[in-house]
Amino acid sequence: MKIHEYQAKKLFRKHGIEVPRGIPAFSVEDAAKAAHSLGGDTFVVKAQIHAGGRGKAGGIKVAHSVEEVRRLASQLLDHPLVTHQTTAQGRIVRRLYIEEGVRITRELYLAILLDRELSCPVMVASPEGGTDIEEVARTHPEQIFREVIHPLIGLAEYQCRRMALALGLRDRLLGQAVALMKALYGLFWGLDCSLVEINPLVVTASDSLLALDAKINFDSNALTRHSELLELRDLDEQEPQENEAGKYQLNYIKLEGSIGCMVNGAGLAMATMDIISHYGGQPANFLDVGGNANRERVAAAFKIITADPAVKAIFVNIFGGIVRCDMLAQGVVEAVREVGLTVPLVVRLDGTQVERGKQILTESGLNMIVADSMADGARRAVQAAG
Amino acid sequence: MSILVDSTTRLLCQGITGANGSFHAHQMIQYGTRLVAGVTPGKGGSCFAERIPIYDTVSAAVAETGANTSIIFVPAQFAADAILEAAESDIALIVAITEGIPVLDMVRVKHHLNSLGTLLIGPNCPGIITPPVCKVGIMPASIHTPGRVGVVSRSGTLTYEAVAQLTALGIGQSTCIGIGGDPVTGMNFVDILQLFEGDAGTDAVVLIGEIGGNTEEQAAEFIRDQMTKPVVAFVAGQTAPPEKRMGHAGAIISRGRGTAADKIRALEAAGVVVASTPAEIGATVKRVLDG
Repeated sequence: MKIHEYQAKKLFRKHGIEVPRGIPAFSVEDAAKAAHSLGGDTFVVKAQIHAGGRGKAGGIKVAHSVEEVRRLASQLLDHPLVTHQTTAQGRIVRRLYIEEGVRITRELYLAILLDRELSCPVMVASPEGGTDIEEVARTHPEQIFREVIHPLIGLAEYQCRRMALALGLRDRLLGQAVALMKALYGLFWGLDCSLVEINPLVVTASDSLLALDAKINFDSNALTRHSELLELRDLDEQEPQENEAGKYQLNYIKLEGSIGCMVNGAGLAMATMDIISHYGGQPANFLDVGGNANRERVAAAFKIITADPAVKAIFVNIFGGIVRCDMLAQGVVEAVREVGLTVPLVVRLDGTQVERGKQILTESGLNMIVADSMADGARRAVQAAG
Repeated sequence: MSILVDSTTRLLCQGITGANGSFHAHQMIQYGTRLVAGVTPGKGGSCFAERIPIYDTVSAAVAETGANTSIIFVPAQFAADAILEAAESDIALIVAITEGIPVLDMVRVKHHLNSLGTLLIGPNCPGIITPPVCKVGIMPASIHTPGRVGVVSRSGTLTYEAVAQLTALGIGQSTCIGIGGDPVTGMNFVDILQLFEGDAGTDAVVLIGEIGGNTEEQAAEFIRDQMTKPVVAFVAGQTAPPEKRMGHAGAIISRGRGTAADKIRALEAAGVVVASTPAEIGATVKRVLDG
């Protein structure tokens, strides 16, 4: 789960990581008020969307008066922002963060994330902050430093010191850096994050460390034990179908094509998308009904697919294991009875309870194309979608 | 011959009284797996299917029944604890079926298990089957047939798809293993390939990967340097958009890394024959076996 910068900064502050003073704003008027109460003569107006690359895309602007804040806010709010991490349509900016301007002398990069290869958290840092870190990794790999964190020991102080010194943080900055790194790791581990990132971490003109940006991603599987974090979700940042799917614990991702897919298992679901493309079609979505699917969830999944106007044909591809074909067939039949069917439906069933599942489909008298393999089903769905 | 599970497997089922646990325990018994005990804290002293004793703790189950392998159906928030309990009770092989376990739980568990030397398959996996003698998992039994091809996969249902294709072409399997789709899993591709390479009952291996991470690349390196047996592969997610989590927590192409194209390139460079569509996995194996 992703959250906005201003939300992440609030969590930073709570964990003792210094951030500039700032106020979130949901309207132009809010933004002007925020600037007024912050005071001073330099403000930063920051678009809040769940995507990186905002600076380069014009989503972060400096203002020198309340009036200028007002003008920039009206240019950003309710307009799409296109960055290298969004689609070509971009994301509509619905929230802003107004911050005090800060005089800085250095920009660094600091992050903690999971290294899958080592199955360990790893702290990554670079003296080349404030820019695309992937680019730094490509062009100046020697400028990227790593500290592998043993999960049963935690981040050791000597590791923080070694990292701080590698970043050139000496004297009074050394102690500050160690404290900040330990606080960041405490947040990462304590809140089950998959990523915490500060880019840039800056040294101010008054020689202190400040997190000028903040990014936190949480492990969705761990949210049950951090229910307070659920309030930080911004449903506007997701497709409406994805929100609906989330309610039923379905893994759904909206895609650009015309063939609606309902599959059990993520691997088979991806393979189904691949084979649809192989036959010249385009999947309208990724949808894994999951191992805990029941009739209600299957029906919900089916409704989400049929509600998408881009869908010209539906391909249900199920290989029963923990999910049983008879249960799935019942869910599909119930959903079709309830919402009707206006596009061709291709069904391929195999595995656990397949005979009973096929029988339920046949007895339902619903108009559908029964395929006898994954390839056959994909081909027929592509044909049916035209 | 086979790897990891066979007729000497004495299975314990943690979470045997839950809906999934009891359904699949019955299925495993039916297949012929020696299911010797169940564990559900608070239900010790009762019986499953009228003859399999249920214990409150894993250590009691091991002491009384000599269980050496455990399959875990315990709900996600308690699953890490269940794995640790099994490991500390001298279970040699743990198969964790549970999906949705927090990643940092698995990070802790994995490091502890490494120090104990316990083998872990999963979590979020379909388990292991050695046809026709032993099934420790949730896969539909009927699609498997005994033979000499090993199967290892990060996916569940896509493995069934591949196995069904093999069986339909008359190609039997030595052992089929789903290692799970999470970012942190127990045994990985290389661990399993090593076992298949050393198994006299396996002539060739099917490897089914997917986008995300770099275990396929590591597998390619191992195959190139240390494997003599032929390997056929498929990589799912060739058309998946970047930065999206495709169901499996592991299946995300993050910032241009872990793409299907990268993985296919690495595998092909190591001499692996990669099936171009998921419908051709079986046929590709047949072609390779027929030389």
